[in-house]
Amino acid sequence: MSRPTSRPARILVDLVGLLVFVVAVFPVYWMVNTSLLQRNEIRSPDPTWLPFGGSFDNYRRVLSGGRFTDALLVSLSVTLATVVVALVFAFLAALAVSRFRFRGRTSFIVALLLIQMIPVEGLFISQYKMLEGFSLLNTVAGLTLVYVASVLPFTIWTLRGFVAGVPYELEEAAMVDGCSRLGAFWRVTFPLLAPGLVATGVFGFLQAWNEFTLAVVVMTREDKQTLPVWLSTFLDVNRGTDWGAVMAGSTLIAVPVVVFFLIVQGRMVSGLTAGAVKG
Amino acid sequence: MATSTLTPPSVDDAAPDGSRPARPRRTRSPLPFGLLLPAVLALGLALGYPLVRQVVLSLQEFGLAQQFGRPAEWVGLQNYRELVGDPYLWKVVLRSVLFCLVNAAVTMAVGVGLALLMQRMSKPVRLLVQSGLLLAWAMPVLAALTVWQWLFDSQYGVVNWLLTKAGGDYAGHSWLLEPLSFFLVASVIVVWMSVPFVAFTAYAALTQVPAELVEAAAMDGASPRQRLRHVVLPTVSPVLLVVGLLQVIWDLRVFTQIYVLQKAGGTTRDTNLLGTYIYRLGIGSGDFGTAAAVAVFMLALTVVLTAPYVRLMLRQEES
Repeated sequence: MSRPTSRPARILVDLVGLLVFVVAVFPVYWMVNTSLLQRNEIRSPDPTWLPFGGSFDNYRRVLSGGRFTDALLVSLSVTLATVVVALVFAFLAALAVSRFRFRGRTSFIVALLLIQMIPVEGLFISQYKMLEGFSLLNTVAGLTLVYVASVLPFTIWTLRGFVAGVPYELEEAAMVDGCSRLGAFWRVTFPLLAPGLVATGVFGFLQAWNEFTLAVVVMTREDKQTLPVWLSTFLDVNRGTDWGAVMAGSTLIAVPVVVFFLIVQGRMVSGLTAGAVKG
Repeated sequence: MATSTLTPPSVDDAAPDGSRPARPRRTRSPLPFGLLLPAVLALGLALGYPLVRQVVLSLQEFGLAQQFGRPAEWVGLQNYRELVGDPYLWKVVLRSVLFCLVNAAVTMAVGVGLALLMQRMSKPVRLLVQSGLLLAWAMPVLAALTVWQWLFDSQYGVVNWLLTKAGGDYAGHSWLLEPLSFFLVASVIVVWMSVPFVAFTAYAALTQVPAELVEAAAMDGASPRQRLRHVVLPTVSPVLLVVGLLQVIWDLRVFTQIYVLQKAGGTTRDTNLLGTYIYRLGIGSGDFGTAAAVAVFMLALTVVLTAPYVRLMLRQEES
């Protein structure tokens, strides 16, 4: 489209681009780099830029405490429960909203939009009181309940688009060919929705896996912390932070997220286009 | 299990006049309501009920004594009255709004500027920048927070090392001690994490601007700056508006960054924003009545900020 006119201008733009790249990537690099360094290399006046002769001592220290595995278990159970429950609920709701017209449909969509804008920080006090009343503080069920509610609006919103993208005529055609309603839905529409379900599921995974605010409010007991909360307890001014261990922990938490994120990035696009098959 | 509730009212569909049913069918059957039920129940239980409860709580005296069983006393608007008269609350509100606006503005400026630059980069550099932004975007909040703290570490941090090499006196400089530099660090982290979303969305919008339009303007003698101002930006402004509003909404509720940085050495009282203030009031000191009142206030503030966004989205929904 609009091209820079002169050669120096183009070079300047590319140089700025390289600078942006460095600023974006360096923290991520530094996390991995530090996690592989020895303690004396971390605590030296001049930074060690490359992890040559790297060791896995930091990882060993993080993993040996046992608290990492506790937190991993809590994080995994909360995340999986959230994803499964939210997907099932959202899938049903998305079907209702995109396959039917009924009274209150528009109000429901508007309500979703409004709910999505509620800041957790504006509600966690009473959510805490509620879970306390149900004796669900420090439980996977309690945290899952509030997570499902915070993931649902977006999940319904996105799935709705995927369901609407599969033409109802496809199902009709299958029924003409002798499929039952249920069979037509199951064999024609559902497979076409699979990419959408995967994409929204991964979105839910990322949300629940990374969430901090509600986790710190609901899971107050040390043995019930999720991974992000566990990581935050490592940072302590008074004790002097063990940066090697913190960076190893951060890397361990970040790796699955980055991998998943990069996968959906492509899936989201292919999912969206796959939903729009020629009808 | 998802499909078991799907048994359709098949009689309805066999339209006797042979006309095809409109794709989203208008129905009187209870089926869609049944499908919505689980989601509505979950949202009602985990958000609706606490919302009502919060309003009630904000009208009560609910402190530590009540936490240990004494019945909560009904005090009407007392909590609100105390808050309105408390200069500290206004300080926190002002701080939150300022932090939010500055960060949203910087994020938007950097993000949109980057999107414009990406259009003009050579292809390999652009791919490099995009993959870098993607990586930054994918980082979990807590991992990003810890790395940035390590980068800003007073003794062995890279930032201090760089600034010292550049001739400054930053050896052992502590960034979190002073409120202003505390917020600078927080802003760097918030902006670093939010720019990728803005840059990608703006870039996608920019590629939608018809090239003929820009060329026509160029032929009519518009300078590059004029083309940008009068042709390109007006075309992408609806997208930018939505993204900008989202940034404002997100930056008003920033909690994690502030909470973690406070634990790492910031003075809590001088660095509280609305989110952390509510947390300290309620879960920190057990004054749930007052905390609920501040939370209600924060919700009201969000509604005011969100209204234009919702209106925009609804207009898109209608079309």
